[in-house]
Amino acid sequence: MKSMTRTLILILAVAFALILTANRLNSSQGYSSGNTLTIYNWGDYIDPELLTRFQEETGITVIYQTFDSNEAMLTKIEQGGTTFDIAVPSDYAIEKMREEKLLIPLDHDKIPNMKYIDPKFLDLSFDPDNQYSMPYFWGTLGVVYNPNLTDLKFESWEDLWDPSLANNVLLTDGAREVIGTGLVSQGYSLNDINEQHLQQALDHLMQLSPNVKAIVGDEIKLLLANGEAAAGLVFSGDASEIMSENEELDYVVPEEGSNLYFDNMVIPKTAQNVDGAMKFINFMLDPEVNAQNTEYVGYSTPNDAALALLPEDISSDERFYPPDELTERLEVYENLGKKMLVRYNELFLQFKMNGS
Amino acid sequence: MNGKSSLNTRTLAYIPYYLWVVLFVIAPVVLVVYYSLFDIEGNFTFSNYAEFFTPVYLKMTLSSFWYAFLITLFSLLIAYPAAFLLTRTKHKQLWLLLIILPTWMNLLLKTYAFIGILGAEGPINTLFSAIGIGEQQLLFTSGSFVFVSIYIFVPFMIMPIYNAIEELNVSLTDAARDLGASSWTTFRRVIFPLTLSGVKAGCISVFIPALSLFMITRLIAGNKVITLGTAIEQHFLVTQDWGMGSTVAVFLIIAMAVIMFVTGGSKKGVRR
Repeated sequence: MKSMTRTLILILAVAFALILTANRLNSSQGYSSGNTLTIYNWGDYIDPELLTRFQEETGITVIYQTFDSNEAMLTKIEQGGTTFDIAVPSDYAIEKMREEKLLIPLDHDKIPNMKYIDPKFLDLSFDPDNQYSMPYFWGTLGVVYNPNLTDLKFESWEDLWDPSLANNVLLTDGAREVIGTGLVSQGYSLNDINEQHLQQALDHLMQLSPNVKAIVGDEIKLLLANGEAAAGLVFSGDASEIMSENEELDYVVPEEGSNLYFDNMVIPKTAQNVDGAMKFINFMLDPEVNAQNTEYVGYSTPNDAALALLPEDISSDERFYPPDELTERLEVYENLGKKMLVRYNELFLQFKMNGS
Repeated sequence: MNGKSSLNTRTLAYIPYYLWVVLFVIAPVVLVVYYSLFDIEGNFTFSNYAEFFTPVYLKMTLSSFWYAFLITLFSLLIAYPAAFLLTRTKHKQLWLLLIILPTWMNLLLKTYAFIGILGAEGPINTLFSAIGIGEQQLLFTSGSFVFVSIYIFVPFMIMPIYNAIEELNVSLTDAARDLGASSWTTFRRVIFPLTLSGVKAGCISVFIPALSLFMITRLIAGNKVITLGTAIEQHFLVTQDWGMGSTVAVFLIIAMAVIMFVTGGSKKGVRR
């Protein structure tokens, strides 16, 4: 009994000491001082140096957290209990958040750097007048391929179905992306909700199954760079990262059209430091900061002044800054509503089961 | 001692446990069942259950059980001899520590390591090419999924079996020998029945988590293996169809309850 009491006291003492140390550490980093900014962004989507610079310039301590899908981010913010001051959702997710009143309107007077943004990226359908969001990056959905492993050029989506690619294609694990590819290859819109068209897209996708090696998440970057497959369905931003790892690879947006997406900065309803959030948005739109971030992340920047600061080989790369005649064929995802999202996912599940 | 007061202290001492059970066992199960009765628009319905009995989910259930069965079977085949040898080694504690050590590492980290090991340019394929077998596709096959799962679950199978064999009274095996039983008969009639409790505990602690595996299905099997766990994850995170996700979870809970009931049925493992 005596030794048990002693053990118990020892455990309590150690626990107490740990709490004390953790508190001391937190306050020394400013976590408990109240002047913090919690940022919720996609993984690997900012130059960490810029966060340090923002902290030095403003004295605001940044807490940085990441998510890997719009849906996961939405679920967390909807459930509450979080204190995110900044989030970076994509177009259709912004539309959804706006409809569900999860966002705080932006004060454009506090974001003077807005003037550097190319007007064609402002006032888009998912957020008229940019009342709630500021462009962060944009990009396209296309095919990364390895010319050493295939002779196809992927000017058409149909090339993915080519028998020579048996068990040699990787797909991004996203229902909208994969079903969308099926729809576009059949000549329909990415936002089609006609059941017959969806069924037709699925039937066509079922014929793609023998070519599909795997349907994966972020690992797709690593796998394609390592030559694990000849081709992969990826976002342009991921493509630029893959290509910086392995220069032999190439990226193309097939001619039938594809997805054009935007990731914008927003301030969720849960924000505790709205003023700091506005400062951060303005900071990220500064041409020099934005250029540095663009070089690090590799996605396409909507910031004209930043683009001018970037080296020629980035700013004139048509794969990432496509000419207008291609962008006209690209479509932005619309928020199709919960019911259609479920339908898309059911079809995607059927497609996945077909491959197993 | 006064009987009444001791009864009161006993009741008091139980309260935290009752609270725990109600809050963290009963309440979540009730919530899961409750959510399973609503569709995506929040209407009360049994349609989720009807949906579960469509070919897509039935096929998924069957393949989940099949893979969980394979994982458990192979884990047992590896773990039993390993546990048996372990009890006969000199430095038991050291060997035991070496087996437990990998479980201290994060599951995801270990899984990621296997992407590199099994990849087209990985060490195994390099070896295969060197000895003339040629490059094989290892990653994104159901075989690699089962292999990695076994690697992850084997320690959980070894521990209970090891404990059961340790507790076995050596004089019983000696007696069996004295009475003329061969090694095989001794094992079959004495050792195995007496360690059956450990085998059951091991099988349960492998089979049940194996049924609801999810991350590994994507990372190692590239979504070529779809389990019920994957479906639950998708419904809660992507489609936000909590009703359907809960319905799948209800079936998992039922399946687990049945398994516990069947395996826990008879306490006596020895036949007379």
